[in-house]
Amino acid sequence: MDISENEGTRKDWFLTGMRGIFSLPAIILMLSFVGFCAFTAQAGVPVEQVVFMVGVVWALPAKVILVGSIMGGANLLTAFIAVTLSSIRLMPMVAALIPEIRTARTPTWLLLFLSHFVAITAWVFAMERVQSVPRQHRIAFFAGFGITLVLTNMALVAIVYRFVADFPPIIAGCLFFLTPVYFLASIWSSARHPVIYVALIIGLAAGPLFYWLAPEFDILLAGVGGGTLAWALERNWRLKRSARL
Amino acid sequence: MSWDDGWWAYAFIAIAGWLATDLWRWLGVLAGNRLREDSEALNWVRAVATALVAAVVAKLILYPTGILEQSPLWLRLGAIAVGTAAFFGSRQRPAVGIGTSIAVVAAGLFWLGF
Repeated sequence: MDISENEGTRKDWFLTGMRGIFSLPAIILMLSFVGFCAFTAQAGVPVEQVVFMVGVVWALPAKVILVGSIMGGANLLTAFIAVTLSSIRLMPMVAALIPEIRTARTPTWLLLFLSHFVAITAWVFAMERVQSVPRQHRIAFFAGFGITLVLTNMALVAIVYRFVADFPPIIAGCLFFLTPVYFLASIWSSARHPVIYVALIIGLAAGPLFYWLAPEFDILLAGVGGGTLAWALERNWRLKRSARL
Repeated sequence: MSWDDGWWAYAFIAIAGWLATDLWRWLGVLAGNRLREDSEALNWVRAVATALVAAVVAKLILYPTGILEQSPLWLRLGAIAVGTAAFFGSRQRPAVGIGTSIAVVAAGLFWLGF
């Protein structure tokens, strides 16, 4: 794509972001939401509440844990802790995205508002494509994609809710399996920094390891411990390579 | 206070779902606003964010919920292995890797009589 100074208005880039709804990541996420919808229907959560949940929580793993807590009869505090522990990852994800999309003049309130639309799919999509968007339009591009993705999935869940309960098991299983497979393929193929490859491999091993060692805090420990190890290894290689040159 | 009690359900979702997730997003904005795009600190944040997502992925594969909970581990790991081979064999085209993995899972579930 052309990266000269004045190409397109803010509205053009918002629309370009909106068109991201027809991209492979968006379609896979929608299929995953059909799977989530089947899960909530089986759990007996009313459709209005599922739609509300999609809009306000948005991150899919957090919603699965929320519904799981509700079904397990957890009280408000326990559910809050379970969901919040599962969502700590959103902080470094947003922190890594912000320097890529803001300009010196982007107001903080706008970033706070738009951060709501960050979940794994929107994050992977934005980190992958934002490089080809002129910097002053990246906010508009992300807003167009993020807002469209949330609203479309709210509508999707409202529509498919009453059809999903009697899906054949093979379809339900494949819908569930799409999510992890898609994350793996897209993170690897969109990585622009060598540290991403190292962190992805170490994180895959660290997840089960910490689940075995400390199941309460596994994701957090795997992220901070595995991520720090990946960063240190990659930095070490990088420094050695530049010392040799 | 049963789950279906109107406003209580929405308040529950708002507090245990909305607040519990957006809290971290807002902290991420405040932290990300201080990071320079070419800094070593941002490189570390990238590594941690990626490792966290990878850990979630590993758990989804090893400890799935729903129908896959009853599927054998070898089928899920085999699907990932075959999908990975297809991904690298096709010059890293995501659609090829994803399609192959899903096809293996579908065939395996069918063969096992699901």
